[in-house]
Formats: sequence, structure tokens, C-alpha cells
Amino acid sequence: MALKFTAVAAVALAATLGLAGCSAASTSSSGSSSASCAPSSGKVTLNFTTWVPGMDKVVALWNAKNPNIQVKVQTGPNGNSGTYTNFFNELKAGNAPDIGQIEYDTLPAFRVQDGLQNIASCAGVSAAKADFSSGLWNQVTFGESNAVYAIPQDSGPMALYYRKDLFQKAGLSVPTTWDEYAADAVKIKALGGEITNFPKGDVNWFAGLVSQAGGQWFSTSGGTWNVNLTGPESTKVANYWQDLITKGLVSTIPGFTDQWNNAYNTGQDWTWVSAVWGANTISSGAPTTAGDWAVAPMPQWTAGANVSGAWGGSSSVVFKGSKHPAEAAKFILWLNTSTEALTALNKEANLYPASTAGDTLPALSQGVDFYGGQAIYTTFSDAGKVISPFTWGPTMTQTYSDVSDGFGSALSGSGTLLDALKAGQEKTIAALKAQSIPVK
Amino acid sequence: MSRATAMIVMGVFTVYFLTPIWWLLVSSTKTLGNFNSTFSLWFTPSSLTDIVTNLGKLFTYDDGVFPRWMLNSIVYATLAGGLGTVLAAMCGYALAKYRFRGREAIFNVILGGVLVPATALALPLFLIFSQVHLTDTFWAVFLPSLVSPFGVYLSRIYAASSVPDEIIEAARIDGAGEVRTFFTMSVRLMSPALVTIFLFQFVSIWNNFFLPLIMLRDQTLFPVTLGLYTWNSQVSQIPDIRTLVIVGAFVSIIPLLVAFLSLQRFWRNGLGAGGLK
Repeated sequence: MALKFTAVAAVALAATLGLAGCSAASTSSSGSSSASCAPSSGKVTLNFTTWVPGMDKVVALWNAKNPNIQVKVQTGPNGNSGTYTNFFNELKAGNAPDIGQIEYDTLPAFRVQDGLQNIASCAGVSAAKADFSSGLWNQVTFGESNAVYAIPQDSGPMALYYRKDLFQKAGLSVPTTWDEYAADAVKIKALGGEITNFPKGDVNWFAGLVSQAGGQWFSTSGGTWNVNLTGPESTKVANYWQDLITKGLVSTIPGFTDQWNNAYNTGQDWTWVSAVWGANTISSGAPTTAGDWAVAPMPQWTAGANVSGAWGGSSSVVFKGSKHPAEAAKFILWLNTSTEALTALNKEANLYPASTAGDTLPALSQGVDFYGGQAIYTTFSDAGKVISPFTWGPTMTQTYSDVSDGFGSALSGSGTLLDALKAGQEKTIAALKAQSIPVK
Repeated sequence: MSRATAMIVMGVFTVYFLTPIWWLLVSSTKTLGNFNSTFSLWFTPSSLTDIVTNLGKLFTYDDGVFPRWMLNSIVYATLAGGLGTVLAAMCGYALAKYRFRGREAIFNVILGGVLVPATALALPLFLIFSQVHLTDTFWAVFLPSLVSPFGVYLSRIYAASSVPDEIIEAARIDGAGEVRTFFTMSVRLMSPALVTIFLFQFVSIWNNFFLPLIMLRDQTLFPVTLGLYTWNSQVSQIPDIRTLVIVGAFVSIIPLLVAFLSLQRFWRNGLGAGGLK
């Protein structure tokens, strides 16, 4: 029996080594290949996989004007629900689409697998730097010189959504620092409400809070990854929320569920620190509160400071293996920087453009009825200019899921948020090692 | 006492299984606002008009892509289910009635196939279909759906017990070829098993989600499961889609209900006939 077990273990070990060897082989070929970007001749058809609703209508505008560069839209579920896996499968099979949509936090995962085409030498790409905030541009270059791996599409600058009517009735002013926010939480609890909700599943939201505090979870030096989920800033943010949770000052409902909508719809929860796209989440999830909301900048760690974080947002990439990188780059530049495309994307899909040209869109400078006529997008635009840069790791899906598990335990009373980050850090390092990604 | 207990147990299970469907029915009659704010297991005063509005939106959203998905699912499930049933019946019949070298080996391999989950095969299938440039086509979902190891197993067992060798002998003596014997006579004797196989195939193709997810990119080829999943993953961007997902989910179970209710008569007949023998 013991012998048999050893045999099984040996086979399992051999299999693991084999797998590790495999992925080592596939990652070792990654080098920055700033290939030349010559235009193709004749008519070109590009495949573009995205999950932005209504993208086909935006692309139709392009196709009508560019008979020689026709773009075909392919759709799928959002990235983590299956499309990223599909991209990896397609890269392996050698039939990836020319263009794909990838969120900022997943770009490094594709970069370490050498799935992204460096389009820095394609016409107009390097000049597009001026259209984006430096933090966003850094997300798509990874800080490498002479490299651009994606064009930012939409972004998620964060601010504070709050129930203006309830705050006024309670005689509270809008919190400008996290200390004030915690003090308000106590007062709101005394009135039978909760200042906000802490969801266990939205780890990328938590990362946005950490980035606002100036923290970093990942860094690279000389091709080696350094994972640090428990730096002083992360610890500060985790302890802050742990305190609110322990005192029962925040609700702990899973985000984006009916119960969660209900907490906002019934006025149980008073604020939400969230990204610009959250504006539609509230207006559809809490319809009875129309006109009662307003938006203010995020509370700050230091009084008088002005720093924001980001939650979500996508970019357009050209995949390795595309036969027409020049045309693909030309298209994604149009898609993400031209007023025509940005207007259409905002209208069809509520996208908040990453490009600074988006600030001038009429739809984004008007007052919004649901928010009492406040021109909320100017607040977000200001927030977008002061986002603290953040580096994402190459295995974010795994990191999110492990930290989320720990958050779940912390919310049910065993362990703390900081414990969850510690566990997440260990598991992330293990995951990087398992994929033969160099890690310190 | 035992009768009452049985009734209670059945009653509990009926409620348990029907509650989600009831929820789905009730929820599909609500606007997004009412969905979030009213009691989830009962209608609202405006339910009758709201469900009409919801259905209208469902069938017209994104240039009427939903009816297209329903049609795709029906085509995949009916064609592949039907053809798959015929293939499984022929294969099982041959394994039961003909003696040839390697028969048991083939049967055991097929039985082994029952144990391999379809999900595990999706990625290898994708890589194979990529080689022959058939991904993102109708065939990418249709061809793998034809195969049903369980159907072969079932039809072998059923053919062995319900098609007497004497009748096949008699047919041969009367001059019928093997193919004719199979299609005119054996198929009829096996029909209860075939209905079962067809229903199983139909349901598993209808519910098959992972294979289309991996294979298809063109949304006009999506089956309804993948389409609804795609919509559901867009809820955070376009919250109004939530209503469409719920109504769509409700509409998408109707063909399954129809298939079951209309075919279960044959199914029960077959079981009864077996019992009499």
C-alpha cells in the first residue's frame, strides 16, 4: 500500500514537473520584439473580440469609411467569465483574433505569456501618449522603453457616491478624509443605517483603495516579480476597514446582488466609494432614490490631499500572430481616441473614455438627473487626473480569488482582512512559481 | 400512514423543484425597478403589461439576436440530437446483435467514454478544430454533439433485451437486407429506448454551454445558453439587461418543457410494454 502510494506520488510529481517545463518553455520566448510595423497592401479584414455591448454599431462607423480595413466584431462573455481563457486557447492554437479587449489588471498575464504585439513602431501609436494620463499610459507600456502593448479604452476613476438628502437630514457634511468617514459611520449607525458596504468579492475595488493610499502590490526589477500585498499602505487600508467591520458599522453583502441593490434602494446604505461606471449601477439598482445622490471626491488619508484610485477599465490590444498589426493599430487608435468613436462608445455602452478627449464630450459635461442635476462626470474627470499609479500582477484572477476567500472568512469573523492579504500574497507567490515566472 | 408520508415527501420535493421556476416566472413579469423593490415570489399590479413589454424588448434587443439564439439552440439540439440518436441506435444495435472480433473491446472503450466529462474534451476539441479551421462555425458545435456514448450503451442493452434474434432471422429468411431490417423493424422495437436517448441528447445539447463558449465567437451562432451568459456578464455595464436575462431564461426553458411533455407519452408506453412482458 505504501509502495503504491509512493508510485502515485512519483507519477503526480513527474506530471507537475512536465507541466512546469511546458510553461517555462512557452514563457522563455518572451522578449520585447519591437518588430517593424509595415502596412499591408490591398484589402484587409481584422477580427476584433470584445464584450462591450453595442460595439458592432461603433465599428460600423469605421467600416463605412475604411473599405480597405474592414473590422469584424466577435463577442463573448466578459473577460474573466471566459473570454480571457478563450484568448489563451487561441494563442496556443495560433488563431487568436487580430484585436482583443483586455482589462488593465489582466494585461500583465498576457504579457508574460508573450501574447501581445508591441505596436510602439506603428504609425501614430507613440504620439497617442499625449491623449492619456501618464498613469494609464504606464499600464499599457509596463514602463518598458520603446514599447506599447495596448491602447487604453475606458477607465474607472473612483469617487464617493453619497446620499445627499440623508446626509443633509442628519446634519452631516460630506467626509473629506477617511477619519471623518469613520466618524460619520458611527453617527449613521446610530440612525439605523450603514455608511457603506464591504463586499468580499470585489478585491479589485480594494486594490483601488490601496492604490489611493499609495500602496503597490506588485513590482518588477530586472524581469523578477516582487509581490507585496502587506506593505504599510495595504496594512493601513486593511486595518481601517477591519475596524469598521468589527464594530458592525458597514454591511457585508456580496456586491452586485439583488440584496445589495436593495440595501441602496431602501436607503440602508448611504455611500459607495466606486468608479465612474458605478453611476449606472446605482441608477438602475436603486431606482427609488432618484435625485437623492451626489458625487464627491474620495475621502483622503491626509487632510487637504487630492489622490484617487481606479477600479476597472479596459484596453484594446493587438495579439501576437496578427498579420496586419499596422492596420489593427490604426483601428484601435481611432476607436479609443477619436471623438466620433468615443461619443458612440459612450452612447452605446456607457463607456467612460480613457482618452482625455472624452472630457469634452457633451454627454459627459452635462448634469445628470439621477444625481440631482450634478455634472458628476467632471468630478470623475478630475479624479482621473490624480489616480495613483498601480502595477498589476501576472496572475490577478488567482490573486483576487484567494484574497476574496480570505475576505469571506474575515467577514464571518475568523481572521482579519490583513490575514487575507497575507494568505493571498503567499498563494500568489506560489502561483507565480508554479508558472515558472521569476519571483523574489 | 405510508401513503400520507409519501405524499408529504413528494409535496416537499415538488415545492423545492418548482419554487425556482415560480420565481423565474414571477420575476420575468417585473420591471427592473419592481424586481429590486417588490416581494420576489408574487406579481405586481402591473405584471401583465410589464411582461409584454419585457418580451417585446427581449425579442428586439440588439437587432433581435435572442430569437436567433433560440433558433440556433433548437437546430443544434434537434438535428444533432436526432442524428446522434440514430447513430447511437445503429451502433448499440450492431454491438448487441452482431458478433465480430473486438466487439467487447469497442463496447468497453465506449463505456469508458461515458466516464469522461464532456467539459474535459472541450479544449482538445478546440485545438483539433483549430487545425482544420472549423472553430467559430456551426460544425464546431454540431459535430461533437452527435456523439453519445451513453446512448450507445443504452441502445445496446435495450436492443439485446427487446429485439429477439428470431425476428431478425425471420426477416433475413424473408429476404430483407440488414439495413432494411434495422430501420423497418428493429427501430420500432427499440423506440422507447430511442425516445429516451433523444431526450437525453436533446437536453444535454440544449444545456451544453462550455463547448460553445470555447468554440464560438460569432454571436449569430450562439446557442441560447451562451447568449444569456454573455448578456449576464454585461449586467454591470448595461444594468437594464438584467430583465432581459431573466425573461430570456424563462423563455429558454419552454422548448425543453414542450419536448418533455410531448415525448414522455412514448417514453411511458415503452416502460409499460417492457413491464408486461
